[in-house]
Amino acid sequence: MRFGVIRFPGSCDETDALLACRRYGDAELLWHGDRDLKGVDAVVVPGGFSYGDYLRVGAIARFSPVMESVIEFAASGGHVLGICNGFQVLCEARLLPGALLPNHGRRFVCRQVDLEVANVNTPFTSACQPGQLLSIPVKHFTGRFHAPDEVLEGMEAHGQIILRYAEGNNPNGSERDIAGVTNEAGNVMGLMPHPEHAVDPLTGSADGGLLFESLSRQTVPA
Amino acid sequence: MKVSVLIRPKEGILDPQGQAVERALPALGFQGVTHVRVGRLVELEVADVAEVGAMCEKLLANPLIEDYEVIPAP
Repeated sequence: MRFGVIRFPGSCDETDALLACRRYGDAELLWHGDRDLKGVDAVVVPGGFSYGDYLRVGAIARFSPVMESVIEFAASGGHVLGICNGFQVLCEARLLPGALLPNHGRRFVCRQVDLEVANVNTPFTSACQPGQLLSIPVKHFTGRFHAPDEVLEGMEAHGQIILRYAEGNNPNGSERDIAGVTNEAGNVMGLMPHPEHAVDPLTGSADGGLLFESLSRQTVPA
Repeated sequence: MKVSVLIRPKEGILDPQGQAVERALPALGFQGVTHVRVGRLVELEVADVAEVGAMCEKLLANPLIEDYEVIPAP
């Protein structure tokens, strides 16, 4: 499995994402100005403040040359994982349903949270146990997931809500405690917590590695 | 042509910034203020004002969470 991690101007978690991916496969950086995805098997859109979060989080990054290729890659079934700002970018690109709004508490939150795995039948969570609790940090100002009720109902019905904040752990007011979602086809995922910061017991938890491990188990098309 | 675009959080969407402003005003002695919503203003000069709606839909606003209003300069 070869991962590609995008670097936008203003990204700040691409190096941790790269190192996390390299625990489970090969990984290289992709540049926001290039359309070439270098033949990678999965794309990670990392956290940070792409294009300075100008206008709206993710709004400008969504139109970068590399994202045009990512949209095509996702449409052909390629696996795409968006973390934090990457999640925001994927929502703006309409690769994922919903949008991220400023936290209800009006504060930047930076803390370890417990997440409950709500669906293990996805390429991103297959290494997890049903209902497993994952300890992973969040750090964001704009992480309150919102979608219209009818969209949320559809997402529930299709098993697209794959990670929820455990009871008492919702740091931002996200609807239905949503922490991570997939598209309807199941090949694109976004989450606000940072699994790439939780891959080594040295820093408190290695639970985030399960997401990268799940992806690395995916068969690579010949 | 000069155009202003007003962008607001959609009705029914919690606006923490608006709430913070609403709570701050009474502390300064201003009473009776309700329903404060904080949005943003984008000013543009455009060749074709008919295109501004599409600009809003594609970039300036996120129609899922925001309403926009295009106001041509007088």
